[in-house]
Amino acid sequence: MSTDAATAAPALTVQGISKSFGERQAVHDVSFAIARGELLAIIGPNGAGKTTLLSILAGIQQADTGSVAQAEGTTARIGWVPQHTAVYGKLTVAQNLRLFAKLENVADADATVQRMLVQTGLGERADDELGRLSGGNRQRVNIAVGLLADPPVLLLDEPSGALDPRQRERLWGFITELTEHGTAVIFATHDIAEAERHAHRVLVLADGELLFDGTANELKAVAKADEEHDLEQAFVGFLRDRGH
Amino acid sequence: MRWMLLKDLQILRRSKLLVGLLVVYPVAIALLIGFALSSGPEKPRLAFLNQIPATQNTINFGGEKIDVEVYTDQLFDAVDRIDVENREQALEKVRTGEALAALIIPSDFVMKLSNGGFNSATVEVVYNGDALKQNFVESTVESKLALADAALARQINKVASGYIKVITVGGEINALGQTFKLLGLTESKKLLDDTLADAPPEITRKLKPLQRFANVGVANIGRFNDVLNTVERPVEVSETVLSGRRTPLDTFAVALAVTVSLMFVCVLLASGLLALEREENTFSRLARGLVPGGRLLAGKVLLAAGCAFVVTLAMLLGISAFVPLDYARALLWVVAIAASGIAFATLGVAIGSLAREVRAASLLALMLALPLAFLALVPSGGVSPLLYDVIRVISALFPFKPALDAIDHAINDAAASLPVALAHLAALTLFFGAAARWGLRRFASA
Repeated sequence: MSTDAATAAPALTVQGISKSFGERQAVHDVSFAIARGELLAIIGPNGAGKTTLLSILAGIQQADTGSVAQAEGTTARIGWVPQHTAVYGKLTVAQNLRLFAKLENVADADATVQRMLVQTGLGERADDELGRLSGGNRQRVNIAVGLLADPPVLLLDEPSGALDPRQRERLWGFITELTEHGTAVIFATHDIAEAERHAHRVLVLADGELLFDGTANELKAVAKADEEHDLEQAFVGFLRDRGH
Repeated sequence: MRWMLLKDLQILRRSKLLVGLLVVYPVAIALLIGFALSSGPEKPRLAFLNQIPATQNTINFGGEKIDVEVYTDQLFDAVDRIDVENREQALEKVRTGEALAALIIPSDFVMKLSNGGFNSATVEVVYNGDALKQNFVESTVESKLALADAALARQINKVASGYIKVITVGGEINALGQTFKLLGLTESKKLLDDTLADAPPEITRKLKPLQRFANVGVANIGRFNDVLNTVERPVEVSETVLSGRRTPLDTFAVALAVTVSLMFVCVLLASGLLALEREENTFSRLARGLVPGGRLLAGKVLLAAGCAFVVTLAMLLGISAFVPLDYARALLWVVAIAASGIAFATLGVAIGSLAREVRAASLLALMLALPLAFLALVPSGGVSPLLYDVIRVISALFPFKPALDAIDHAINDAAASLPVALAHLAALTLFFGAAARWGLRRFASA
């Protein structure tokens, strides 16, 4: 992430977001901001509220309180890549991309589809039905759909969960390339090592509460990771110390 | 919406099993229902009015007396009899559905049967114009009338055969309270033959035609018994239909088959298409404002109703090759099928909004649609009045009954009011549309 980008107005500002389902508080008073070109990881145990927070940012769910604001003058929709592939299994790769490009009102849908096919390396599989592709390739299409409208902010929910190590490496290369072009990327994961390796900044969420906002190294320091305890072990201790 | 429609069509084109099922299943169900309709409850309820004065309850055939009760008992061993006091009561029982039909024996029945000869006496059967009920009651009443008529015919034959015997060989006959002695054709011929043997030529020439008549009469009068044996229906049945024209069962079956097919195609397709969005997880993308909920539902409803419209209209045109249909009413077919299709498809998306996957949606749609179709076909009088009222309320809450009424009217000019049926369908469309919107919102916020 460049210094210019980091000091510029945030691409997305989240202020005091809360969300409850009945008696259960899924997200409680979460605030943060993300700059253009920044790669932000939201980590936390299962049920921490990561997916709920992302779905509020994506506009799928309404927050009970709080606000989500993009940088002033931004009209493009936030890009959204759900945890499970959300594309039509009976349509081909190209048909899926074209459909969502049309729904996103992309100016030149065909050119955008071609660009995404090249970007995802799926040009040769363009006419294959999604149902016939491997999980990794389906996930690539899933991510490509989120990028069709060239969003300034991209949200990814557990993006590498279904991928093998090679596909995962390729995915992170692809995401890093996006951030280098100025896209702000927020991803949710419970893979601490992945967050440590790729994210510029880490948010720790547990039981809907934001417990930490800083770099991976700062988290290591706070969680008291050392040569005996890696970040994952230190992270578990960090949560336990705070009653989670 | 255009792109979503195109996408759904592409998916349908690749789902050969689903499309095949959507075509074959409604046809199979329509046939099943058609067969099921040919049977009914074992004992239909019939209102019965006997207008014959109590003092004239006996039919008199040449001295032989038959009690009318013997005739009516033949009828009522197969039906549940509701005795009424007058014609108005009988009609009311039929109109309200308490009785499937009314059987009225007019006051002149005995007199006509006793004095008027064959085919002059009538009984009246009153129907309400419902093809199913009428067919069911008609077959029951007719079979029982045939039995009662056969019993009467045997008695009539016995009396008439006695008359023929007296005319042939001579004897006594009772008429108008007096007893007459008849010579008989055989004896008359013998007397004539004896007389002519000694008669002058002039007399013989003049009486020769009479002798020929006597010869032919004696030789052939035995055949009249055979003619009498062919008289089986001394009583005529006159039919009265209460509400408008009668819908023949075969054309009613056409309306029924069309409605059942329309329901299954619409409900299964619409519920499946909406549930597919959840199964594929694409709903979360669409729910972000790419496609507003109302447009998403409208697209599914229009596609399902459009497909069903084409299928059922083609089905109707195909059937018209075998059952004559009135093409002058084609515009009404279009209106009724379109309105019914939209109502069924809206019910389908309401079901689809509750299900998380296509299989669950299809199962739910089937489980709901089949009983509703059968309930809507239960004739009044076929079950207890309280149960029938419950069935009417349930049927009114779903589109099958008004759709059947609208399509039956469009095809057969049946008694049901088309505007009322269309208004009913429109109200149900709004109701299930709102339910589907609520279901989508509930899912999106879960």
